[in-house]
Amino acid sequence: MTPVPDGGRLPAAYLRTGSSSFTDFVAEHEPSLIPSRRGLPPGATIDAPHGTTIVTLTFDGGVLMAGDRRATMGNIIANRDMEKVFATDEFSVVGIAGTAGLAIELVRLFQVELEHYEKIEGTLMSLEGKANRLASMIRGNLGMAMQGLSVVPVFAGYDHQSSLGRIFSYDVTGGCYEEHDHHSVGSGSLFARGAMKKLYRPGMGPDEALRVAVEALWDAADDDSATGGPDVGRRIWPTVALVTAEGARFVADDAVAPVVDAIIEHRRGNAGGRRDGSAS
Amino acid sequence: MTAGMPFYVSPEQLMKDRADFARKGIARGRSVLVLGYDHGIAFVAENPSRSLHKIGEIYDRIAFAAVGKYNEFENLRVAGVRYADLRGYSYDRSDVTARGLANAYAQTLGTVFTQESKPYEVEIVVAEVGRDAESDQIYRLTYDGSVADEHGLVAMGGASDQIEERLTEQWQPGLTLAEALRLAVDGLAHDPAGGPDRELGPDQLEVAVLDRTRTRRTFRRINGDLLGQLLSDDDPTDDVPPVDHDTPRQAASNPQTQRHGDEPTPDAD
Repeated sequence: MTPVPDGGRLPAAYLRTGSSSFTDFVAEHEPSLIPSRRGLPPGATIDAPHGTTIVTLTFDGGVLMAGDRRATMGNIIANRDMEKVFATDEFSVVGIAGTAGLAIELVRLFQVELEHYEKIEGTLMSLEGKANRLASMIRGNLGMAMQGLSVVPVFAGYDHQSSLGRIFSYDVTGGCYEEHDHHSVGSGSLFARGAMKKLYRPGMGPDEALRVAVEALWDAADDDSATGGPDVGRRIWPTVALVTAEGARFVADDAVAPVVDAIIEHRRGNAGGRRDGSAS
Repeated sequence: MTAGMPFYVSPEQLMKDRADFARKGIARGRSVLVLGYDHGIAFVAENPSRSLHKIGEIYDRIAFAAVGKYNEFENLRVAGVRYADLRGYSYDRSDVTARGLANAYAQTLGTVFTQESKPYEVEIVVAEVGRDAESDQIYRLTYDGSVADEHGLVAMGGASDQIEERLTEQWQPGLTLAEALRLAVDGLAHDPAGGPDRELGPDQLEVAVLDRTRTRRTFRRINGDLLGQLLSDDDPTDDVPPVDHDTPRQAASNPQTQRHGDEPTPDAD
């Protein structure tokens, strides 16, 4: 697997006109670099670190995505400060659940795919175009998924045509579905979804959305052993990314820590986070 | 002597004919200038088209500029993007270098020149912006695969020799972007035959920079109002606006290192 051209000259495949897809180019030229081209021996299952819970929700002017930091392998915590939310280009982010190694490789490939298209075509891909490219990559991974190595991403971005933040979810067969308001994937997603249903309000600002996301992750970690809660001792906070018309950016740890502190305070003697009286 | 026998053509004559052919094709086009300035490398082309570019982004710190036949240099540009993206994907982003790409282009142009029915009618520059002006690299490649390691200022295309001669005296290290662009436009607009200078406004120019004050993708196109301001003698704008160092362009990096990519950057005054 070496991209050094033969005899120093660029191989004919490089000079061929046609595809502006990096994945298609690599699949033809260096197929071993495509994760889905690698087969596992039939019947084999292996233990590999799994990423857990990602939450995402829209707010007024954009979309927010947050992920816990834990990766587990069976009952073992494989990693406690893993990043699972990534900026894929200037206006989109992806969060991953499932087999961590494969998922990270897929995100890297997806990032290059988007940048490659932008450079060759001289323009950004539409948000739906990006969501569909990711779907076809997940589809290619179906064989691995059937052997237990599934990757389930959630994709969010800012759509300049509608001036909205939008969310897309996927299943292992590459099905791509647009989600409204909020969504969550991963082992703790059932609990996070329940929390977001109660906490989400249309028209929230980014600060409120941040609070809702961190609280939903808290609820996921409360009931799912594979999801890591905020680690106050080690100062490890959830990864939080925001996408607005200005682009994607990560929320600094210094801004997440007070939100976590406020939730801890609120939950003291009120483990379920009950809202009293008229307080929403 | 039968009709099927080819005439003998000496290798010298063959190469000379091919070189003349390529040179003629290249000389027909408008010129492109590549020149260093205090915070990076600027690319200036006379090109009224908004969509058929002569200048392009290759990778984080590498850009491409060309003159000659559009379909041929566009092919080379796409090949360069594929080379860089594949190399960066299989190794690391820092392993993609202008020197490597210039070598691959040189081998390609050289092989086509000697072995195929017609040489490429192109001349290209591959440039990589460094951490400081001393480590900037500018490689100029000609139709036969020759490579030259250039410093400061390069002109390609039509009247490139005259432009280069005229501007080399005026170019000096440490120019601001505005000074460098005004110098470049002066060179492009000058009539080597001695006629009056032409008027070249922002609409007839394609301009881009590799801006060393950015940390990941340093390539940026300059057009519209900003280009007008930079070219105007009265406007105080002398560089592209500084960037917020937490832009998503840097964030969208290798997943494992995306939040730790803070590289040292030179002071943006």
